[in-house]
Amino acid sequence: MWNWIQRFSSPKHFYGMSAMIIPWFAISALLIGVYGLYLGLFVAPTDYQQGESYRIIFVHVPAAWMSLFIYMVMATSAAIGLIWQIRLADMVAAASAPIGASFAFLALVTGSLWGKPMWGAYWVWDARLTSELILLFLYFGYMALQSAIDDQRSADKASGLLAIVGVVNIPIIHYSVEWWNTLHQGATVAKLDKPSMHIDMLIPLLLMAVAFKLFYGAVVLVRTRNEALYRDRNRRWVRELIEKL
Amino acid sequence: MLNAFYHLLIRDLRLALRNRHELANPLIFFVLVVSLFPLAVTPTAEALQSMAPGVIWVSALLAVLLSLDRLFKQDYDDGSLDQLMLSPNPLMILVFAKVIAHWLLTGLPLVIVAPLLGMFMSLPADAVSVLVYSLLLGTPVLSLIGAIGVSLTVAVNRGGVLLSLIVLPLYIPVLIFGANAVDVAADGLSVKGQLTFLAAMLALAASLAPLATAVALRITASR
Repeated sequence: MWNWIQRFSSPKHFYGMSAMIIPWFAISALLIGVYGLYLGLFVAPTDYQQGESYRIIFVHVPAAWMSLFIYMVMATSAAIGLIWQIRLADMVAAASAPIGASFAFLALVTGSLWGKPMWGAYWVWDARLTSELILLFLYFGYMALQSAIDDQRSADKASGLLAIVGVVNIPIIHYSVEWWNTLHQGATVAKLDKPSMHIDMLIPLLLMAVAFKLFYGAVVLVRTRNEALYRDRNRRWVRELIEKL
Repeated sequence: MLNAFYHLLIRDLRLALRNRHELANPLIFFVLVVSLFPLAVTPTAEALQSMAPGVIWVSALLAVLLSLDRLFKQDYDDGSLDQLMLSPNPLMILVFAKVIAHWLLTGLPLVIVAPLLGMFMSLPADAVSVLVYSLLLGTPVLSLIGAIGVSLTVAVNRGGVLLSLIVLPLYIPVLIFGANAVDVAADGLSVKGQLTFLAAMLALAASLAPLATAVALRITASR
């Protein structure tokens, strides 16, 4: 078992394997994404309260979900790298951070674009937007620490530990922000009466969530491949790859 | 083990007391930053009072942040941190002693001077006592969480900005509950919930942060 994991997680083996998987992820992300967007933008009914502008949720909500999901992936693989010293896990964590930060940023931008017609302002200190912003800061901290330390092994370990500390903090941050918001603003801003979601809106939303996950799968594999090539640039398997070109 | 804890605590306190002006710096910074705010706005009592909790808490946060460096920096530079790691005592306990020393030297003075600043910002008397309680519960959490950040960045050149980037997001819950407690107290409402939450965060940080700091120090030392 252990040998198998060791062999399977070697960057060289991963490099070969991932080349076969990436197209599947990419193509299915594209197909499901296009179909989900079509359903969301053209088929789903108009919201009786928010009009057409609600349709941004088909990007906004999956992006927000992804930003949290990717943080979890990042922290889990960082923990695996820290505990079992598997280099591939460290590479996955390092490759995930910028993607997660981009999703958090996307969620913030779409959220504020939605906020302009709904709340009358691009930015409102709404609990969810605020915790998304803090999540973005956590990603920045991780990436800054990762790039500040020259030695790759200890950069991985240090930023991995930071990611794990962040995971312990995320629920605390989330609930304290939510609590802070209810105290400060009451039910004046964000509490548009949310009707339980219509099935025609729910299906495209879930499709988009699946498409985003597949997209992340494709991108993280590509980025991890690059990371593997870069880190192993002086090893034999990369040399051999280059010589074959 | 307890002996080592005690001796390390005493050592850190003694070292700091021999270097008094450095000890006063965070405190002066705290007072200075808070007194900048009335100068920047119209200093009416109502305006000051409404921003006082946030201003005092953010300033305390920054004062602790700036003082975090001395938690491990000197020991790292002169090699005594390596000696600590070589000692047979659990590193976690030693870290805890250092953090307590750090809090006694920076957090506690902030707590003591806080009523003065509450007066500057025309806080009512009830709110001032809550300010003291909230800082008393909150500043140790800042030292504990900060210790993780310093131990990760102590070996990095010009790690100061990096440290704040790492540590400040983790400080947000403490800031929210601390400032909110004072805010609510100024309105004359009960603050039991906020203070209990701060105490819970202190318990959590005191039990987990030394562990994470010890791991982080070993990572730093392995470079």
